[in-house]
Amino acid sequence: MNRYPLWKNILVVIALVFGFVYTLPNFFGEVPAVQVSSVKATVKVDQQLMDRVADVLKTAGIADNGFFTDPNSVRVRFTDTDTQLKAKDAIEKALNPDPTDATYSVALNLLSASPAWLTSIHALPMYLGLDLRGGVHFLLQVDMKGAITKRLDATAADLRAMLREKDIRHAGIGREGMAIVIHFHDADTLAKARDAIIDTQPAAVVGRGAKALAAQPDLMITEGGEGNDLRLTIALSEAAQRRVQEMAVKQNTGTLHNRINELGVAEPVIQQQGIDRIVVELPGVQDTAKAKDILGRTATLELRMVDDENSANPSVMEAAAKGQPPVGDEYYVERGGRGLLVKKQVMLTGERLTDAQPGFDSQTHEPAVHLTLDSAGSRVFKDLTRDNVGKRMAILLVEKGKGEVVTAPVIRSEIGGGRVQISGRMTPQEAADVALLLRAGSLAAPMEIIEERTVGPSLGADNIKKGFDSTVGGFAAIAVFMMAYYLLFGLVSVLALSANMLFLIALLSLLQATLTLPGIAAIALALGMAIDSNVLINERIREELRGGSTPQAAITAGYERAWATILDSNVTTLIVGIALLIFGSGAVRGFAVVHCLGITTSIFSSVVLSRALVNFIYGRRKKLAALSIGQVWKPGITTK
Amino acid sequence: MEFFRIRKDIPFMRHALVFNVVSLITFILAVVFLSTKGLHFSIEFTGGTLMEISYPQAPDLEKLRTKLEGDGFTDTQVQNFGTSRDVLIRVPLAKDTVTAKIGERVMSSLAAAPDAATNAPQLKRIEFVGPQVGKELASDGALALLLVVIGIVVYLAIRFEWRFAVSAIIANLHDVVIILGFFAFFQWEFSLPVLAAVLAVLGYSVNESVVVFDRVRETFKKKRGLTTPEVLNHAITGTISRTIITHGCTQMMVTSMLIFGGAALHYFALALTIGICFGIYSSVLVASPLVMWLGVSREQFVQPKKERPAGMTDDGAVV
Repeated sequence: MNRYPLWKNILVVIALVFGFVYTLPNFFGEVPAVQVSSVKATVKVDQQLMDRVADVLKTAGIADNGFFTDPNSVRVRFTDTDTQLKAKDAIEKALNPDPTDATYSVALNLLSASPAWLTSIHALPMYLGLDLRGGVHFLLQVDMKGAITKRLDATAADLRAMLREKDIRHAGIGREGMAIVIHFHDADTLAKARDAIIDTQPAAVVGRGAKALAAQPDLMITEGGEGNDLRLTIALSEAAQRRVQEMAVKQNTGTLHNRINELGVAEPVIQQQGIDRIVVELPGVQDTAKAKDILGRTATLELRMVDDENSANPSVMEAAAKGQPPVGDEYYVERGGRGLLVKKQVMLTGERLTDAQPGFDSQTHEPAVHLTLDSAGSRVFKDLTRDNVGKRMAILLVEKGKGEVVTAPVIRSEIGGGRVQISGRMTPQEAADVALLLRAGSLAAPMEIIEERTVGPSLGADNIKKGFDSTVGGFAAIAVFMMAYYLLFGLVSVLALSANMLFLIALLSLLQATLTLPGIAAIALALGMAIDSNVLINERIREELRGGSTPQAAITAGYERAWATILDSNVTTLIVGIALLIFGSGAVRGFAVVHCLGITTSIFSSVVLSRALVNFIYGRRKKLAALSIGQVWKPGITTK
Repeated sequence: MEFFRIRKDIPFMRHALVFNVVSLITFILAVVFLSTKGLHFSIEFTGGTLMEISYPQAPDLEKLRTKLEGDGFTDTQVQNFGTSRDVLIRVPLAKDTVTAKIGERVMSSLAAAPDAATNAPQLKRIEFVGPQVGKELASDGALALLLVVIGIVVYLAIRFEWRFAVSAIIANLHDVVIILGFFAFFQWEFSLPVLAAVLAVLGYSVNESVVVFDRVRETFKKKRGLTTPEVLNHAITGTISRTIITHGCTQMMVTSMLIFGGAALHYFALALTIGICFGIYSSVLVASPLVMWLGVSREQFVQPKKERPAGMTDDGAVV
């Protein structure tokens, strides 16, 4: 008879429960919320901030409806907009005592209203794309050539300094295009220079592998020229170029993150796309001009001396904290919360900094931050450290004319060579943060907006309605037709199709895929195509009945014979989906994701699930006279 | 209900030549339109700025055009979109200006129009695409198409026979060309969703051919003594009911998109509609004759040893 083994029935039930649970969050809608995120690069969002916000709400007597944290923000849900506004004011007042110098951005937001137990099993509503909720979308292209020339310029400066130090007389060094060229008058000096470069840098000579000291050389040296016009051409190896580019995109992404946090945008998306592009999506933002302004802004790093004498004097510090610092000094609060007086004179700016990396001290194995300065910077730094041993310097990040002390280390000895290490009383995490901050101040490479899209909020709501109406309209039409044509089997097909939609939405929610208008169109199309499998099965069953099979045999044969066809036809459709997924971007990609998932779920629902239903209805009846599959017409004359 | 009460196999193959000539003519027409008129690419491909602006009252488009031209925007297209109060403005890429700022400048130009005080423009949507993106999209689209074609041919060649693979892809690529021909002839906007629709149609039509081929293979195995055209006729007749019903259902969904989907989904749904209509025709009536002319025969499917795998008791010859 037509019965499924127990495990198959259980599988179907589990799939349905799973589909239902993960689809559920999409029905709860959204409730008002307040989002707190850090504006300053030096202030992090952590558990403490959450506790603080909770405290503020408790003292103000405002009831919340759940707390949520992620690495960038703390979000609190409220039952209605009135409480939301009250809470926003309360939090704003408590966290930002000085409105002109805000540390946190407190913004109104909407959050899913789904209960906590759903959120805890990662059942979240689908993320709506910009075309459905309104907002701004930017695609930024990072100028990779710029990143590489920047790096080459720095290396050229390093080499120049190194050659001078070793007293190797060259006839000029500089960047020409995408390589550094050093000119020489005689072969001896050239050989000396080449060996010196290989000794000090991870470099290799092209065509002379034996000379390669480093396993993975960064610099590729080529010898050229003749007579007394000899030259060394030094280019970045491909691996080094790739590394520079990766770093550049990562650093730019980080910088964008910091800047956008300040906008107080609800859920910004900042993602790398491809090798050299960054996507920025700011839902709800309508003012593109302001957004562009913030994306394009630059922060600068400044190195200044700390006024140790006055910083040690409690009475001066007290006055400074009240806004009356001594002449020539400025008052800053360190990351630890202690006050600090920093001289106004800028000794060095971030332009001289070529790199900052977290690491460990080679002797003490303490966490440290390694800075690399270019040659001009090294010289200044050498003089500075020689004259100020035992004193403190401060590294400040200046944005919008306001500075912040990133770190204020003590100078222990004279430092030459442009390689600086900051260490002492740091955890590895802190070292990584400081390195990031030092790098994040500026963009590693220039960026250009190559795509921009703004969608008004009313248009977004309109698009959701259109997509929803199309799907419902089409679904209803198909359902009516199927039930009229195939009767009970039609009903089974429609149930299978509804289950398919349930699975598809559950999967999309689980993957947190972004739903766009083309995505909704793809859902509709997936449903329109998925019915194909059920039509195939139903037609096959009719055919078997026409051929004289008993009802039970017809069900078995119908499902079995249709299976091969369903598989073949779905695989070809899947090939299309995958091709679109690989080559599509933006709208097409959203379409492709839904298309691929829709095909997969449709195979399950139309074959396994509908069979389970049919088995449930007919499977146990031993003496089954007829199936409710609509009229089966038998021709008077059988054809051969 | 039973729509299709077919007593005998319909002799489709007798008219095979007619079907193919009809198809060839449509195909040639499509190619002619494509080469003479070309596709009207959306700014996603060409690059440029597109703005959707709504007015409280219907504005005079001619005035808007002269105003924009006076402010130095040459080659702009200004047209109504949806209703007479919604205006669509397209500004092509210019070499010397900061392209990313064009949107703001157009808005300020429109806001400075004489009647702007009473009839203030409101920006609903703006899209800017740089020149790099468009080029990539076109090449990515072509690569996607190539991958689809190769993937389908390889799969069908493995599952069926190379003759099936070749005829299915020829029949269905010709669908794609015909859809593009329609877009060229009517100068409908060819955007990214339309590209997705065209590729989806390709997969969908191949799907159709697969169903027919599947039946052809089965018939070859089961029935001895039928000529190849008879086998094809039998297979098509056997599946025609399913073909019409399936396509009808999909078309119901697409029609619903045409009705409710609004402007954003209009061309997407239109491409699907054309694709579905021609898909039935080509995958059934073009692919099958091609298979026949490529010389498909019983021997390619009936391998004496494999014909009766273990457990299969029925002998294929009996109906």
